[in-house]
Amino acid sequence: MYLSQYIFFFLSGLAIASALLMILDKNPVHSVLYLVVTFFAIAGHYLLLNAQFLAVVHIIVYAGAIMVLFLYVIMMLNLNKEIEPHKQQLPKVAAVVSACLLMLCLIAALKSAEVNMLPAARNSNIGLMDNLGKTLFKEYMLPFEVSSILFLSAMVGAVFLSKKEIH
Amino acid sequence: MKEVIIGIPIQWYIFLSIALFCIGVLGVLFRRNAIIIFMCVELMLNAVNLLMVAFSRYIGDTGGQVFVFFVMVVAAAEVAVGLAILMMVYRNIKSSDIDKLNKLKW
Repeated sequence: MYLSQYIFFFLSGLAIASALLMILDKNPVHSVLYLVVTFFAIAGHYLLLNAQFLAVVHIIVYAGAIMVLFLYVIMMLNLNKEIEPHKQQLPKVAAVVSACLLMLCLIAALKSAEVNMLPAARNSNIGLMDNLGKTLFKEYMLPFEVSSILFLSAMVGAVFLSKKEIH
Repeated sequence: MKEVIIGIPIQWYIFLSIALFCIGVLGVLFRRNAIIIFMCVELMLNAVNLLMVAFSRYIGDTGGQVFVFFVMVVAAAEVAVGLAILMMVYRNIKSSDIDKLNKLKW
């Protein structure tokens, strides 16, 4: 067994366990922290796949920016265990059954999937910053610029939505 | 780094992504707190991202990783607007329980 397989199993177990804990924990703040652990495990997977640029961006954007935003909102709304809404028993059972059925369908559909490895797959440097940057700024120049407009509109939208309404 | 491809078949990454995606779906169906549901959507996006990076690595094409980058961009914009909407909902109904948002139900 290769070392990379042990690392894969460790990171996968960490990701799945903390994802499950996230949806099972009653306290929203704990849920956010478990999700951060999941994101770090996924960043470890990116490193394992030699996608170093994405691993760093993933940690900065997800674990850094997005999760801080979630924590900030949860603390501002003062959500805690006591006011956490509960579902009845029947919808919970239905949720578990339907999620398991979805998993069964996806596994059945994809279990024999195969990827034809191209000769280029021998080149393990595709995730490094210079290769990714060349692709991003040559072939994907227009989407890159459009995404900055998307960010601007999201910023304006967020400010506009959270403004207090004046009657 | 060649060892990673030899040691780990692509199926393992497919199964891991399926598991993470289904946990996200389970969370959306299981919980009633709107913010937790939002976090589960993020988890589903990440499961897809992980699979895209794995495919891009196994095929040897940069395009998949650029797509993951754009998915992250869209997710960040989505979170900013979505949390603003949730704040506004909370201000109006004083709760983050999605079962109270039933005005559009008949």
